[in-house]
Amino acid sequence: MPAPRSEVLEIRASDDIVRVRQRVRTASVEVGLGLVDQTKIVTAASELARNTLDYGGGGTAAIEIIDDGGRRGVRIVFEDDGPGIPDISVAMRDGYTTGGGLGLGLSGARRLSNEFDIRSSPGAGTRVMIARWK
Amino acid sequence: MDRIPILKMGHALLVTIQVDMHDQLAMALEEDLTARIAATGARGVLIDISSLEIVDSFIGRMLDSIAAVSRLLDARTVVVGMRPAVAITLVELGLSMPGVNTALNVERGLALIGVSVSGDGEHDAGTEV
Repeated sequence: MPAPRSEVLEIRASDDIVRVRQRVRTASVEVGLGLVDQTKIVTAASELARNTLDYGGGGTAAIEIIDDGGRRGVRIVFEDDGPGIPDISVAMRDGYTTGGGLGLGLSGARRLSNEFDIRSSPGAGTRVMIARWK
Repeated sequence: MDRIPILKMGHALLVTIQVDMHDQLAMALEEDLTARIAATGARGVLIDISSLEIVDSFIGRMLDSIAAVSRLLDARTVVVGMRPAVAITLVELGLSMPGVNTALNVERGLALIGVSVSGDGEHDAGTEV
């Protein structure tokens, strides 16, 4: 079994969102996630990668295979140096958007993941972590 | 830029999405389809997404928007071939796409549109916009 590893992808254009989806898919298959769980975490990653691009002005996605001593999973950390989110609880609401989207990105990504963490403040960028365990 | 081909089958247009679409490609498809509906007077649009491994909120919104625009142009849109894992994920994401009709496959999609492919001699399959 390969050792846990991580890779960092740049998110600068919509092509990069496709690349994030593909790399998260590969990692999900590698840790043995079932098809539905693969689909959920890839979809969540797609939402967050687009947020990083559209709202954060670009950033990075760090994809990591994690192991807590037997159980394996996939963790993705999205980081940007964009304007940040003034009120995270408002931003987490279904349907809330400051752009032209549906406002499902953050809230949907949380529902599709086993773990979710968001840190952001105005002027200090945004960091979102999601993970899905086998 | 790449384009997704739109085939004409009788009075229906058929789009088979076979690539993992980046956002600009999805937006180009929406524009191309709208122009093609107007140009051909198509009564139905079938969008086959059986190759798509995920549908996120961007693609979902595009499908919804295509359905809404084609309705205004007097054509009915049916999304066919959605994978079960995609359907489960879409519901959990919170995207139910109320304006989009779905069918399990192209044959049932055509039946839903009420367009007969055979017998009207209007094939021009393979033509792109």
